[in-house]
Amino acid sequence: MTTVDPDFDAAREERRARLFTRINKADNWFRVLGLAWITPILKAAAGDNPRAQMKDVWRLLGVPLLAIALFLALWGALAPQVQTSLGAIPGPVQVWEQVENLHAEHERQMDRRDDFLARQDARNAERIANGDEPRYRDYTGAPTFYQQIWTSIKTVFFGFLLATVVAVPLGIMAGLSATANSALNPIIQIFKPVSPLAWLPIVSIVVSAVYTNDDGLFAKSFLVSAITVTLCSLWPTLINTALGVASIDRDLVNVSKVLKMNTWTKITKLVLPSALPLIFTGLRLSLGVGWMVLIAAEMLAQNPGLGKFVWDEFQNGSSQSLAKIMVAVFTIGIIGFLLDRLMFAIQSLFTFTNNR
Amino acid sequence: MNRLFAAFAVGAALAGPLSAQELEIDELTFGFIKLTDMAPLAIAYERGYFEDEGLFVTLEAQANWRVLLDGVIDGTLDGAHMLAGQPLAATIGFGTEAHIVTPFSMDLNGNGITVSNDVWDRMRPHIPSNEDGTPVHPISAEALVPVVEEFRDEGRPFNMGMVFPVSTHNYELRYWLAAGGLHPGFYSPDDITGQIDADVFLSVTPPPQMPSTLEAGTIYGYCVGEPWNQQAVQRGIGVAVITDYEIWPNNPEKVFGLTAEFVEENPNTTRAIVRALIRAAMWLDENDNANRMEAVEILSWPEYVGADAEVIAASMTGTFEYEPGDIREVPDFNVFFRYNATYPFYSDAVWYLTQMRRWGQIAEPQSDEWYHEVAASVYRPDIYLEAARSLVEDGLANEADFPWDTDGFRDPVDTLIDGIAYDGRTPNAYIDSFPIGLTGGELVIDGEVEG
Repeated sequence: MTTVDPDFDAAREERRARLFTRINKADNWFRVLGLAWITPILKAAAGDNPRAQMKDVWRLLGVPLLAIALFLALWGALAPQVQTSLGAIPGPVQVWEQVENLHAEHERQMDRRDDFLARQDARNAERIANGDEPRYRDYTGAPTFYQQIWTSIKTVFFGFLLATVVAVPLGIMAGLSATANSALNPIIQIFKPVSPLAWLPIVSIVVSAVYTNDDGLFAKSFLVSAITVTLCSLWPTLINTALGVASIDRDLVNVSKVLKMNTWTKITKLVLPSALPLIFTGLRLSLGVGWMVLIAAEMLAQNPGLGKFVWDEFQNGSSQSLAKIMVAVFTIGIIGFLLDRLMFAIQSLFTFTNNR
Repeated sequence: MNRLFAAFAVGAALAGPLSAQELEIDELTFGFIKLTDMAPLAIAYERGYFEDEGLFVTLEAQANWRVLLDGVIDGTLDGAHMLAGQPLAATIGFGTEAHIVTPFSMDLNGNGITVSNDVWDRMRPHIPSNEDGTPVHPISAEALVPVVEEFRDEGRPFNMGMVFPVSTHNYELRYWLAAGGLHPGFYSPDDITGQIDADVFLSVTPPPQMPSTLEAGTIYGYCVGEPWNQQAVQRGIGVAVITDYEIWPNNPEKVFGLTAEFVEENPNTTRAIVRALIRAAMWLDENDNANRMEAVEILSWPEYVGADAEVIAASMTGTFEYEPGDIREVPDFNVFFRYNATYPFYSDAVWYLTQMRRWGQIAEPQSDEWYHEVAASVYRPDIYLEAARSLVEDGLANEADFPWDTDGFRDPVDTLIDGIAYDGRTPNAYIDSFPIGLTGGELVIDGEVEG
């Protein structure tokens, strides 16, 4: 297209150019959110070389969908061939049935809660009529699957935040001072490989002894799970922060000396911004580790989240148990993936790379 | 559903008289283990009996009996579905020491002993058969003796599982083994694994994990409550050889335990809890077990027992499946209210204490008065009778259903599988009548029996 073209319309071309710029900018965000396949579709719709865009769409969307379909087909074919004492291993259809079942159980529980609240309102109306104070109590039914998912997410974030608060300052210290690094290093190396299952009894006993207020903000099982998550997930953040801080460009450190910056300014204006990419890498790793550890910690500490759900289903030993456990496995995986994407998105907001 | 609403309406109306005595606490958390006999708790919650008393109860499944006991002792749980031996052991200091009391017995019977398919095949030739080819019941542990010897020749220790060192299952399994001539092992103050001098080695596994542990081959048999025997039979991984109804007909099983402190500080609440539980127990046995199927449906929900309804129904509705296809009538496999099942008899407590002494958990010999004193400090029939009396006055229960005049001791029985007579009033005489077990002044010192 040149300006000699009789069909050339300057305004339309300008609009198109602006559209493509917007699509390219949006592409950055789509990539971050894992939706990179939307861009070629938009570009094709806007008329930019549709055939090349279709190739991109195939690579970004078509191939993954095909792989997933192949996995489901393979699973559906192989699963019924393995017989266990709880029945055949469930295939995709049975697992989907349990998803519907869990939703139905959630609905049933919500109905019973509404009945309870209605009865409570009726009782309170009577009490008010008799001149007594109305009494309000929470519904005491078992938590449903969705409530358990939410409890797990709350617990992992609490543990993760605690881990960040502990690990980042320690990491900065270890990065800035070689002495601190030598001091912390043996402790880090020894405690890093310890499994959450080994920490759990100790954490349990300590929390039981120290946190004796039964009506406090947190349940003991919540604290035990969250602290176990902290103990296992603070190491990636700590190590990466130390590494990030230690590998600041020498020139920048010299600048801080020339400008005679005090420690606080040095940390906030120099160290943190330079080390952020590695700190965020550490945070992402920590959240990933924390989510894995959480499931094990919940199973043993009986925190009412996904870990307890899996454990209870194992104990139930009903014919639906294996399928429900698989639903939990997929849920754990999908939530882990979403958490990772979330951290990646936050990381993109706060860091500068050569591509931006 | 309409019946349910009607029950609530009646219950709500009748809750009036109770509000005259204020409850000290009304929000409670109770623990339970996934076993069929937690039914009174589930029924009291689902049918609104707790709500009628003004109690708002959260029922929480616990991971195992240890966690449950710790939960009650440290106050996380206000009360729990407990093994009859737990309050007794805690009060005498075997394991964590705490004064735990019980005003309500939750059920009678309900356990079974299951062995793996391999062990059953080896036992079968030693068991006499009926005309139709089925084994003659009750099966004595004598049929297991040659199997244990075979295993010993092969160099494999014969491991069996039970649910807790002071569980009814431990004592029933030991009773059955000893009645057949097999030694189940002693405890001593230094060695609490309970395997001193043992022919059969007993260890602890939580009830819901029993079938998978059996399948994995870690244990060759176990004694556990339902539905875990029927689960093994229906899944084809084991065979039930005997129920505890055949070891001791109408033996005490679970109790509802609370700390002595809780009961002292909250007498009205405790009475309200017992009232609700009595009503639940009555409903479970009502009209010749007519409500059992409804109870099975409730118990099969994942938040209660969670096993398939068919598995739970296999033992709750009057029959018991010993082998796949061999279903026999056992109408009293679970008894929740009949035969004064809910009254906490001192003689029941004394039986458990005698078994604790027999196997060395009580290391030193004690006088008869000691046994009776411990029983009286743990079992609280006074609270039970108060609750029962108030139910009768409210028209919710029949006067004739409760043993108002008993002295706390059941009549002597001689229906146990080894034929030895039991009278709760003479525990030491009973202890001395066993061929296998510590008798008289015997002590276990450094792995040896002395005295």
